[in-house]
Amino acid sequence: MKKDLISITDYSKEEYLRILELAAFFELNPNQNLLNGKVVASLFFEPSTRTRLSFETAISRLGGRVIGFADAGSSSVTKGETLHDTIRMISNYADLIVMRHPLEGAARYAAEIASVPVINAGDGANQHPTQTLLDMYSILKTQGTLDNLNIFMVGDLKYGRTVHSLLMAMSDFENPIFNFIAPDELLMPDEYKMHLREKGIRYFEHREFTDIISAADIIYMTRVQKERFSDPIEYEKVKNIYILRDRMLKNTKPNVRVLHPLPRVNEIHTDVDRNEKAYYFDQALNGVFTREAIIAHTLNLI
Amino acid sequence: MEENIKKKLKVSAIKDGTVIDHIPAQNLFKVISILRLDHIDNQITFGTNLESYKLGSKAIIKVSDKFFEDDEINKIALIAPHAKLNIIRNYAVTEKKEVEIPAEIRGIVRCFNPRCITNNEAITTRFAVISKSPIALKCHYCEKITDQEHLQIQ
Repeated sequence: MKKDLISITDYSKEEYLRILELAAFFELNPNQNLLNGKVVASLFFEPSTRTRLSFETAISRLGGRVIGFADAGSSSVTKGETLHDTIRMISNYADLIVMRHPLEGAARYAAEIASVPVINAGDGANQHPTQTLLDMYSILKTQGTLDNLNIFMVGDLKYGRTVHSLLMAMSDFENPIFNFIAPDELLMPDEYKMHLREKGIRYFEHREFTDIISAADIIYMTRVQKERFSDPIEYEKVKNIYILRDRMLKNTKPNVRVLHPLPRVNEIHTDVDRNEKAYYFDQALNGVFTREAIIAHTLNLI
Repeated sequence: MEENIKKKLKVSAIKDGTVIDHIPAQNLFKVISILRLDHIDNQITFGTNLESYKLGSKAIIKVSDKFFEDDEINKIALIAPHAKLNIIRNYAVTEKKEVEIPAEIRGIVRCFNPRCITNNEAITTRFAVISKSPIALKCHYCEKITDQEHLQIQ
């Protein structure tokens, strides 16, 4: 049976660890010929330059060739072709499909149609599992462990798919503590809190940054978007509360690292960039190694 | 009135087959369509807008020479959760059954998420039933949860 990666929960804890181990290998040996003679379709039905280049770099470093498109405008979608037909056709050409699509559930559907494995590079607001794995790799690299960590998630915890997936994945490890910092409009949804309660994992909710940030091992920042608020006055009230500034990191633990899926707008002040606790740019580089690992695992190359 | 209904039911009694009772009147035609009763040659009689203590107004369907598999009949559980089946053999009720919401639902329901691929391309919907009462269905594709309040039959 082919191995797709559509949702983060498609992988077991053993598979998370396998990917992280492989990512460490590729970080030391990024250029490998494992994909020699193979064709990978990179189908971006909506543009995402960062994710696409990260995947295409990973494929190139593995020695594979890329076909595909960078946005739906340059594909047959503009002629009205269904996703079904596009995937059926490309299955004939490629050994693996990497797909980004604006509609939720598109990746799961594509995986059902495709005769080759599908890696989800983001389906609307639903899932972006390779982001989660690179976040985990970044956490492992900076903390040396995935157990016993105090993880702060800040900003849009309601719609932010990256925080939901990271929560699900990290809840498989020993004794995490979660601290959620979000405005009333953007709280962590109940289904995720219920999941933590069922697993006996502690979590705390805050409306703003407090002194307890000094307990953090990981500060995972997300963007609070204006369009998420039904009342613009509410947005104006909270928009500055969720901005991380350099001085706020003064009394934090030496091992703490600030993560962000990027692109950042203003939720991390640029004065944080010089702080050694800022990790978001390194995090992006980790994406290439993690994606090399995911591709190698998906195609059983290693 | 109660007497009248009883009389009427007696008149149209069937020899062998299935009587599906306690269907909410407004969902009668949906039940017919889900069970594809409009595509079979069996004799069918139905009554609707009948008085019911439980439902206010109910519908009833009698299908001659038809005995449903559980999987087949359970498809109507979402729109007729209180439906009762009487299996008739030689004019006598030989078995009574209730419908049960299955663990997985294919088709029938629309995903409430307008951004879901199933609402944008011709795909049969598929849900895991995560709660039966109140109903909560998790879309196999977009992973969003459609609850009782947002439940829409296709």
